[in-house]
Amino acid sequence: MSDLDAFRAEVRGWLEANCPAEMREPIREEGDVCWGGRNWVFKNDAQKQWLEACAAKGYTVPDWPKAYGGAGLTPEQTKIFKQEMKRIHARSPLDSFGIWMLGPALLQFGTEEQKVQYLNPIARGEIRWCQGYSEPGSGSDLVSLQTFGEDKGDHWVVNGSKIWTSYADQADWIFCLVRTDKANKYQGITFMLFDMASKGVTTKPILLISGNSPFCETFFDDVEVPKTQYVGEINRGWDVAKYLLGHEREMISGGGAGGDMVSIGGAFAKSFGKNAAGELDDPILRAEMAAFDVDVFAYRAMGERFMDMWKTGRAHPASSNMMKYVGTELNKRRHELVMSGGGSEALEWDSEETKGGARARGWLRTKANSIEGGTSEVMLNVIAKRILDLPGA
Amino acid sequence: MPLYHNDDQAMLKDSVAPFVAEQAPVSHLRKLRDSADATGFSRDLWTQFTEMGLPGMLVPEAHGGLGMGHMEAGIVLEEIGRNLTPSPFLSTSVGAVAALAKAGGTQAGRWLPAIASGEAIIALAIDEGAKHRPDRIAATATRAGNGFRLDGKKSFVLHGHVADMSIVAAKTDGGITLFAVPKDAKGVTADPRRLVDSSLASHVTLDGVEVDADAVIGEVDAGGDILDALLAATRTGAAAEMVGVGQGAMDMTVTYLKERKQFGKLIGEFQGLQHRAAHLYGEMEVARATVMKAQQLLDEGNEGAKLMVSVAKAKAGRAANLAVREGVQMHGGIGMTDEYDIGLYMKRDRALAEYMGDVHYHIDQVARMNGY
Ligand SMILES: Cc1cc2nc3c(=O)[nH]c(=O)nc-3n(C[C@H](O)[C@H](O)[C@H](O)COP(=O)(O)OP(=O)(O)OC[C@H]3O[C@@H](n4cnc5c(N)ncnc54)[C@H](O)[C@@H]3O)c2cc1C
Ligand SMILES: Cc1cc2nc3c(=O)[nH]c(=O)nc-3n(C[C@H](O)[C@H](O)[C@H](O)COP(=O)(O)OP(=O)(O)OC[C@H]3O[C@@H](n4cnc5c(N)ncnc54)[C@H](O)[C@@H]3O)c2cc1C
Repeated sequence: MSDLDAFRAEVRGWLEANCPAEMREPIREEGDVCWGGRNWVFKNDAQKQWLEACAAKGYTVPDWPKAYGGAGLTPEQTKIFKQEMKRIHARSPLDSFGIWMLGPALLQFGTEEQKVQYLNPIARGEIRWCQGYSEPGSGSDLVSLQTFGEDKGDHWVVNGSKIWTSYADQADWIFCLVRTDKANKYQGITFMLFDMASKGVTTKPILLISGNSPFCETFFDDVEVPKTQYVGEINRGWDVAKYLLGHEREMISGGGAGGDMVSIGGAFAKSFGKNAAGELDDPILRAEMAAFDVDVFAYRAMGERFMDMWKTGRAHPASSNMMKYVGTELNKRRHELVMSGGGSEALEWDSEETKGGARARGWLRTKANSIEGGTSEVMLNVIAKRILDLPGA
Repeated sequence: MPLYHNDDQAMLKDSVAPFVAEQAPVSHLRKLRDSADATGFSRDLWTQFTEMGLPGMLVPEAHGGLGMGHMEAGIVLEEIGRNLTPSPFLSTSVGAVAALAKAGGTQAGRWLPAIASGEAIIALAIDEGAKHRPDRIAATATRAGNGFRLDGKKSFVLHGHVADMSIVAAKTDGGITLFAVPKDAKGVTADPRRLVDSSLASHVTLDGVEVDADAVIGEVDAGGDILDALLAATRTGAAAEMVGVGQGAMDMTVTYLKERKQFGKLIGEFQGLQHRAAHLYGEMEVARATVMKAQQLLDEGNEGAKLMVSVAKAKAGRAANLAVREGVQMHGGIGMTDEYDIGLYMKRDRALAEYMGDVHYHIDQVARMNGY
C-alpha cells in the first residue's frame, strides 16, 4: 500500500468514527452552514461536535501548517481528504471568511506572531471575520477608496464607511482597507485588522432582492486601531488586498468550496416527467439542460485541474479570475434553468411547500455571484490584461 | 493523478511540439492542397513520425509499440491540430489501435505491429449517412462459405482510398461485428471526396465483399464493445485535436490584436474585443481540462470515461468553434482571404466538429447517460 493509500484509509476510518450522521445530510438552510465566532449558536449538538472533532485534528483547514491550527496536509493529501469528505457527503465543519480569505493572506504576508495569534482562532471557529473593502464610491475601482486612518503615533484614528460588508452585524473582527496616504493611490492603503466591538464601529443591515439581509453598511467614527494591527507593510496593503482577492475568487468560483456540480437534467427528470422514449418531457428545455450539463461536467474537470495546478504553484496567478468568471456565470445559468423547470411553483415566495420560496430566493441570490468579489466585467479585464497581455487594458 | 502533464508527458510535448511545428506547419498543408495531392497526407512526414515512434504510441509493447495512453496521444494530436497537419494518426494510431487492442486475437497480431512500424495506414468505416449514427448501422455481414459477405455503403471514411486496411462495422444476426477489410478486397470501392479542409474522405461501397472468418475483429456479434472503445478513443482524440485547432486560432488572433491599428490604437485596446478574447480564453481552458479528464479516465479504464468523452467532444467542439469564428471576425477583411491562415483553422474545425459525432449528438448522449 502506498503512503497515499494508507492516508486515504486513515482518513476514511477517522471520518467514519467522527462525522455524525446529521452532518452527512445535505445543507437545507442557512443555519446548517457553520460560520463559528463568538456569537455563534450551534444548530444542534452534532454541528458542535463535528466542528470540535475537526478542529482538534486540524481538519477545518487541512492544508494549513499544524502550528496554526491546520493538519499540515500536502496537496495530494488534501485532495484525498476532500474526496473522502465528499464520498460520505460530509458537510464542511466550518465555513468562514477567515478560512477562505484572511487565512491565506496571513500565511503569505503575516508575521510569525500574527499567524499564531490570528490563525488558530480561525481554525477553531472562535473568531468570525468580515471583509471591509467596498465603499459607496469605490466598487470595481476599489483602489479609489476613501476611508481614512489618521496617524496618531501608536495608533490610527479611522473614519469613513464601507458598504456591502457581508455579515458585518455578526462578525467579531474586520479586515479592512484603509487609506493612510492620500497622495499615493496604490501605495497609500494599509490592510488593517480590528475588533468590530471597537468604539465607533456601527453596522446597518441592507435588504437584498432575495428578501434576505446578509450584508450591511458599516460606519467608522473615530475608531482607534493600534499600529500593530496591520498586515504586510504600512501603505502597501494593496498587495495584500489583491492577493486575498485571488483566494476570494477561487472560493466563489467553487474551486475551494466545491459548488453544486451535478447534472441538472438528471435531477429534474424525476420531478418533471418523461415521454414514451424516456426523455425529459419538454424537448427544448431538455436540450438546454443537456447543453448546460456539458458545461457543468466540463467545469468540474476545470475545477480539478485548477486546484491541482493552483496548489502546486503551476497555475497562472491570475487564473482564479477566469475560474470565478466561468463558474459564476454557470451558476447563474443553473438557477435560470431551475426556475424554468419549476414553472409556476418556483414562483412561490413564502409557502411551506417551497421551503419559504427557496428556489426563487436562491435564484435571485445567484445574481450576486458575478458582482461580489469583483464583477464578471472586471474579471474579463484582468484576464485580458494579465493573462492575454492585451494592450492598454 | 493530478490533472496536468507529468514530467514524462511534459518532455514528450517538448519534443513533439517543435517537431510538428518545424516539419508540418500550416504551409505544409497549403503545399499539399495547392499541389492537389491525391494521398491526403505526406508519406515522408509519416516516415518521420515513425522515426519518433509516434504511430505505435498506443500499441501495447508486446506488439512492438510504446504502450502509452490517451494523455500522451493527446499531446501529439494537439500539435497536429495547432499546425493543421494532415495525418492518418487519429484513425490509424488512435481509433484502430483502440479497437484492435481491445479485441486482441488474429487481427490484433497482424495489424498492431504493422501500425507500430509505420507500415500500415488504417481507415475507420463506421458512418453511413451525413450524420454520425453508430447505433443505426445498416451495412450487413452474412455468412458465406468459410467467411462473410459484406454489403452496404460507408461515408466520411478518412484515408479510405489509401488505407491498407479498413475497420468496417456491420450488422450480423445477433449484433454488430467489426471486420478488418484489406485494401485489395474484391468488391470494395472507395470514392474519395475533397472536403472543405482539403482532407480526403471516401464514400465506400461494399458490394458482396468476401472476407475470411478470421477477418472478424474480436468475436462475431460482439463488436459493440470494441466499437465503443474505437469511438471513445477517436472522439477523445478528435477533441484533443480541436483543442489544438482552437488554441492555434486563438493565439493567432490575440497576436493580431496586438499588431493591428485602427482609430489610432491597437485594436487589442478596445474593450469590446478584450472581453470577447478573455471569454474565449476561459472556454479554451475549460475545454482543455475536460479533454484531459476524458483522457485520464480512459487511461484508467474508469467507467465514468464514456460520459466524459461525450462531454469533451461537445465542449471542445463549442470552444474551438468559438475560437475560429472570433478569429475570422477579429481579423476583419484579411481574415476572409485565402492567403491568411485563420480561415484554414475555421475549415479544419468544421471537419473535426462533424467527425465521430457533433456537438448536438454528444449533448444528447450526455442527457441519455444522465437518465433524461
Ligand atoms: C452579495 C454581495 C456580497 C458582498 N460582500 C462584500 C463584502 O463582504 N465586503 C466587501 O467589501 N464588498 C462586498 N461586496 C461588494 C462587491 O465587491 C462590489 O459590489 C463589487 O466589487 C462591484 O462594485 P459596485 O457594486 O460598486 O459596482 P460598480 O463598480 O459600480 O459596477 C457597476 C457595473 O459597471 C461595471 N464596470 C465597472 N467598472 C468597469 C470596467 N472597468 N470595465 C467594464 N465594466 C465595468 C461592473 O462590472 C458592473 O456591471 C458584496 C457584493 C454583493 C453583491
Ligand atoms: C468580402 C468583402 C468585400 C468587401 N468589399 C469592399 C468594397 O467593395 N469596397 C471597400 O472599400 N471595402 C470593401 N471591403 C472592406 C470592408 O469594408 C473592411 O474589411 C471592413 O470595414 C473592416 O475593416 P478591416 O478589414 O480593415 O478590419 P479592421 O478595421 O482592422 O478590424 C479588425 C477587427 O477589429 C475590430 N475593430 C476595429 N475597430 C474597432 C473598435 N473601435 N472597437 C471595437 N472593435 C473594433 C473589427 O470589428 C474587426 O473585428 C470588403 C471586405 C470583405 C471581407
